[in-house]
Amino acid sequence: MSDTEVRITTPPDVCGMGHRMKRKEDPRFIQGAGKFVDDIKLPGMLYLDIVRSPHAHAKILNIDASEALALPGVLAVITGKDLQAAGNLHWMPTLMSDTQMVLPIEKVVYYAQEVCAIVATTRYIAADAIELVKVDYEPLPPVMDPFEALKDKVIVRDDKEKKTNHVWHWEAGNKDATDEVFARSSKTIQQKMYIPRIHVSSIETCGMVASWDKINEHMTIYMTSQAPHAHRTVISLVSGIPENKIRVISPDIGGGFGGKVPVYPGYVCTIVASLVTGKPVKWIEDRSENLQADSFARDYHIDAQMSADENGNITGLRVKTLADDGAADAAANPSKFPAGLYSIGTGSYNMEAAHFEVDAAYTTKPPGGVAYRCSFRVTEAVHMIERMTDIMAHDLGEDPAAFRLKNFIRKEQFPYHSPTGWEYDSGDYHRALLLAMEMIGYEDLRKEQAEKRARGELMGIGISSFTEVVGAGPSKDFDILGIKMFDSCEIRVHPTGSALVRIGVQTQGQGHETTFAQIVAEELGLPASSIKVEHGDTDTAPYGLGTYASRSTPTAGAAAAMAARKIREKAKKIAAYLLEANEEDLEWDVNKFVVKGSPNRSKTIQEIAFAAYTNHPQGMEAGMEAVNYYDPPNLTFPFGSYICVVDIDKGTGEIKVRRFVAVDDCGNIINPLIVEGQIHGGLTMGLAPALFEEIVYDENGQNLSGTFMDYLLPTSMETPKWEVGKTVTPSPHHPIGAKGVGESPTVGAPPAIANAVVDALWHLGVRHLEIPITPQKVWKILRENGIDE
Amino acid sequence: MIPGKFEYFAPTSVSEAIGLLGQYGSEAKILAGGQSLIPAMRFRLAQPEILVDINRIQGLEYVRETDDYLEIGALTRESAIEKSTIVQQRYPMLADTARVIADPLVRNMATIGGNLAHADPANDHPATILAYNARIVAEGPGGERIIPVDDFFIGIFETSLERDEILKEILIPSPPGGSGGAYLKIERKVGDYAVVGVAVQLTMEDGLFKSIRIGLTNVSSTPMRARAAEALLVGQTPEEALFDKAGRVAAAECEPWADLRGSEEYKRDLVRVVTKRAIRKAIERANGVL
Amino acid sequence: MGTRTVNLTVNGQAVTREVEPRLLLVHFIREDLSLTGTHIGCDTTSCGACTIIMDGKAVKSCTIFAVQAEGRSIETIEDVAKDGLHPLQEGFWEKHGLQCGFCTPGMIMCSKAFLQENDQPTEAEIRWAISGNLCRCTGYVKIVEAIQYAAEKMHEKANQPTQVQEQEVVA
Repeated sequence: MSDTEVRITTPPDVCGMGHRMKRKEDPRFIQGAGKFVDDIKLPGMLYLDIVRSPHAHAKILNIDASEALALPGVLAVITGKDLQAAGNLHWMPTLMSDTQMVLPIEKVVYYAQEVCAIVATTRYIAADAIELVKVDYEPLPPVMDPFEALKDKVIVRDDKEKKTNHVWHWEAGNKDATDEVFARSSKTIQQKMYIPRIHVSSIETCGMVASWDKINEHMTIYMTSQAPHAHRTVISLVSGIPENKIRVISPDIGGGFGGKVPVYPGYVCTIVASLVTGKPVKWIEDRSENLQADSFARDYHIDAQMSADENGNITGLRVKTLADDGAADAAANPSKFPAGLYSIGTGSYNMEAAHFEVDAAYTTKPPGGVAYRCSFRVTEAVHMIERMTDIMAHDLGEDPAAFRLKNFIRKEQFPYHSPTGWEYDSGDYHRALLLAMEMIGYEDLRKEQAEKRARGELMGIGISSFTEVVGAGPSKDFDILGIKMFDSCEIRVHPTGSALVRIGVQTQGQGHETTFAQIVAEELGLPASSIKVEHGDTDTAPYGLGTYASRSTPTAGAAAAMAARKIREKAKKIAAYLLEANEEDLEWDVNKFVVKGSPNRSKTIQEIAFAAYTNHPQGMEAGMEAVNYYDPPNLTFPFGSYICVVDIDKGTGEIKVRRFVAVDDCGNIINPLIVEGQIHGGLTMGLAPALFEEIVYDENGQNLSGTFMDYLLPTSMETPKWEVGKTVTPSPHHPIGAKGVGESPTVGAPPAIANAVVDALWHLGVRHLEIPITPQKVWKILRENGIDE
Repeated sequence: MIPGKFEYFAPTSVSEAIGLLGQYGSEAKILAGGQSLIPAMRFRLAQPEILVDINRIQGLEYVRETDDYLEIGALTRESAIEKSTIVQQRYPMLADTARVIADPLVRNMATIGGNLAHADPANDHPATILAYNARIVAEGPGGERIIPVDDFFIGIFETSLERDEILKEILIPSPPGGSGGAYLKIERKVGDYAVVGVAVQLTMEDGLFKSIRIGLTNVSSTPMRARAAEALLVGQTPEEALFDKAGRVAAAECEPWADLRGSEEYKRDLVRVVTKRAIRKAIERANGVL
Repeated sequence: MGTRTVNLTVNGQAVTREVEPRLLLVHFIREDLSLTGTHIGCDTTSCGACTIIMDGKAVKSCTIFAVQAEGRSIETIEDVAKDGLHPLQEGFWEKHGLQCGFCTPGMIMCSKAFLQENDQPTEAEIRWAISGNLCRCTGYVKIVEAIQYAAEKMHEKANQPTQVQEQEVVA
């Protein structure tokens, strides 16, 4: 089934799937005409700024905003008490059905927490005013370690009935079967690892313009939203404004990566500010606020065990994990999956049994657990399994590539039922790894490494052969706040043959305006250039759950194909009428229906569209429109194999990524140019937490990495020249055989890099290094082993 | 992040600027490239009431070589230093330094005078200027004076400039034959402040170290020289064992602190390693390898 | 602490405005002049989303006060396309040098000033030149390709005899 070639069935003028079409959205961005939230300017607009807590945990004794209010240009101060008076708006639900403070009344529970909001006539006056607000705090002990938190000495969420920092317990797989497998396996290994708290840091921060129209009682909201419909529903539930009186517009979004899925206190304050003042109000986060208060991911403390038999076959996996949720479980996982899809952690390997246990704890950190370009905790799972596999291979004295090839799920095993209950749709793991090995020259690199090691030089080769799980999801299992995770597409073909496509997902740079046009072009034969794709306006787009977790192509992409097929069905009827033929005598050829055996008798989709409005059969509804709400039968399982080569400076511990080859398989490819871009970007967001990024708190709970001076996004200088390859193994259940790709490389890259560094140091007794693997961590090992330049 | 309010002056002569500094005293702050000051003002860590923007003063942006000195105007942008042919060919350590300060866009605004007058031990120029044994030309109400660089940095963010003095020019002595220098910086990523930086300027004569000065970045609260390491080397024959010893001595005499860039121990050890490397590279350059 | 008058040239047009001295140039450009192609991505001069060209040099407009631009000439992304797209804009489009598009104006302004100084850059030189501009989406590889595309195109054009010159030769 698998191939290394992209399937193309349409000519370039139609530009359906597989064509390297230049993006339709680009002209506005390259000319500075993109419209982002901060570019929205409404008449009479006011500005909101936020006073934030200097403590991680403290009682609020008093808030005195009188001086701020006296400043000319300041119109309002909003505190928790004001929100309470406005209808208990001081608390809001999180997407995980937990609760989170909008503005506090009793106490703050994280550093940089929103304490009160100021509304002023200009951004500058608002900034001056927040300096004038005096807040009296009585510091409480911070709770920064989740293991300590579970001892319940200091309760973070004393607003709750149960006085405990334990949030939930969750299990997957079969404990007894796993225990039994471990008991009879000849080899077991154990490794603890910490996947640190990181931050998505899209270059555009979060922001909103809320505009309350008092006369019509209508709220228009422009916001940095990856899920505008879901946000409309949440806003309606929280504010009590009927959903038909709320219009959420997600304009151009400057990167999301999961950080623009949750609802943050600043949004709610902005909406309230507009309700209170009757004016449009803008709130745009500063970068330091963004880095200190929201959009955090990961923070998983993992204790993993793996077993193998005497032949070096992996037999079982046992994983215990503690999730540091911060002060609220504000992740955006599907309801039934508090640890997301973490149980995908058996990865690409055939094994008999596995068992996962995850507990979550509250700490006095900002709410965590949003994605970082990652499908619901898959990154944590993949890091764990790929590190464990590498340790096992090294321990058994086997080459990590050979060990993987031996233990991979074989392609004839698909659909594969994993020990934790997943049904992998399709895969050919051997082919992907063999291709990556060929591309990078694996055998030669191993020789080079041996020679260098003999000379005392440090070089490492790391592999990661990941399995992703994306496309949430089948509605029987997947919902967010009860809303099923289908997605949608509406197509209107106009009389003159151009079309409007509206989708329920929301691009943040993924290129939906191009790829969805290509999907519809593939199905209907209309040139992609004549198809306009719209999204992000809840007044016009069909309801959808938005874009995150690589779900757009698997869900809305399928909806687009299905809606197009509905149109094609109708077109066939019209063609039969126009050609005076039986439907069953017609066949579809790229963009027209042809009478079988009479190639001259045909009607193009454009001719049919015109007829749909001018000359349709009696008894048939006019027009050419269709809607589809696609509920996928299963998730999709993209995969790939990555190989990384690092060189280590013995003097300083500095790590240089010399080469990185990534072979990805995301099923059928809609646009190879865009897929390459997604892979490059995803790899860079895999490099970042592997070597650079970490949110660090001091013992008082203060965020020490709250600016781009200390939260280290890779620049063009740190980022290697990525080398990408592909195999194509279509998803059997997806209408166009596609799987989704945006997050695969972020998921797959970190363990490839970590494995490479550990590989370089394995002979020194190094089994594991925590990410980010900084030069200092390597330096320490070198010196402990007497290695110097 | 919005700066607080201030009164703005843009004098067009040094004397006018000095007059403003005299008039407003500690309320006034000089705005040169602004690449450190303006971010500090945005975070309201700096809230000067008066800003004296010296960018309108003509004649303070130049790099020129006389018989005795490389003369650099205080308002010379880092990018101009980085791209100067004289600097690249005759003062490679200075070129090394300019090209690792912040990033290319910041360097289009940032000035060497500002970098020095700010006296941030994390800034890169202080170490280099110490290693060059430069002289700082300052002008105040009483006229010009020349401050030897060893007397210039007197505390954290503190120089020996008087409140009403302006740093006008930096004089780097022309290196005699057999000289070479190098600045090496370890950073977490491009554009970062140094984890450590080491500047070495030396002159070889008859196969021996005739003179050597070593400046260190971001390992003490005040920009410092590794004087003990220098003393160890002068008059000696260059050899690996000696470089290693010099590195160890420099590591011992610096005063780093633990932060996100690393532990004290790590920084000291980097000083040791990087000092060795900088000495090697400076010798190569003294031998004519650029 | 009142306002001051600032006179400057923006995209070839003379502009005069009353501003607070503390007004950042990026806010002046975005709010006072409504040129919203120049973006803001950080508060520490780290990201380069606000990059403009001032008197021929690429600078970060979030770390300059508007009053400092007195008498200067600034160029923003809105004025880059003249008689069609600039080769850099073409390059970013052709090579998929952008995804969300938020860093793109800054990247293009930075590259434009850079190519004026170095019209045949190596990959390493390009990477160095854009090291003050953060992109979170692309991984930089395709941005580098976009700049290489533009450099080649501009170099070709600069070394090609123009139509007029050809006619003169014929004459």
